[in-house]
Amino acid sequence: MQDRIERDVLIEASVERVWRLITEAEHLGTWFADAGAAVDLRVGGEIEMRWHQHGTTQCRIERIEEPSAFSFRWAPFQDPGGAEPADGNSTLVEFSLAAEGDGTRLSVVESGFARLDATPEQRIANFEGNTEGWQHELGELAAYAAKVPA
Amino acid sequence: MRQPETAVFAALADPTRWRLLEALAGRGRGTATTLAGELPVSRPAVIKHLTVLGRAGLVERERVGREVMFAVRTKPLDETARWMAGIASEWDGRLAALKRLAEGKRDA
Repeated sequence: MQDRIERDVLIEASVERVWRLITEAEHLGTWFADAGAAVDLRVGGEIEMRWHQHGTTQCRIERIEEPSAFSFRWAPFQDPGGAEPADGNSTLVEFSLAAEGDGTRLSVVESGFARLDATPEQRIANFEGNTEGWQHELGELAAYAAKVPA
Repeated sequence: MRQPETAVFAALADPTRWRLLEALAGRGRGTATTLAGELPVSRPAVIKHLTVLGRAGLVERERVGREVMFAVRTKPLDETARWMAGIASEWDGRLAALKRLAEGKRDA
């Protein structure tokens, strides 16, 4: 069993378009967070994700290689209110984009679960909070996606 | 859903411990000596790894006569696998939402 999760999806849209959706605040604040986001798009810059029910989460950008690689650390198991992501409270999320046919293969790797050092109670409480948050967020996103033109 | 102890990940991160756990799961239970016979690892090293696995709650030990038998505890493994599956399914949800957005799918 590995300390990482790997997922990928084939999207029928250009790499440039997918790059914008994963790096621009306007979009991250809808499909990832549900109440907006702020993005300081530079290595070391912050992303602030805002959720209606769960406050804000701070992410720190680790890598920007437009349009093929984007990664940030985030602290999804931290108390809501947004501690600075650091070793021990955060995992690394890495997006990779590659052209495939007329579309884009987007893969994501989240790693570093073994180094989380919050107390088990904190992690359980926050994870349960996040799980509810995701369900809420996906509902919001479905509504948003229906409104955004291609 | 609860997050498993990080000790479980740390214990499983080592390929030798992973093989040790597999060997133990395959035979039900075993002693450090029998396990050392099945893997390219010395008996003292097997004992060291079993100690780490034991601290993570992944193996239990039982004294049988003059021998110490080790067996796999499956509960923390199952919990860890379920927790990871939960996070993976969150990503599936997010990526599906992103795909829908990128492809400009609309109701109307």
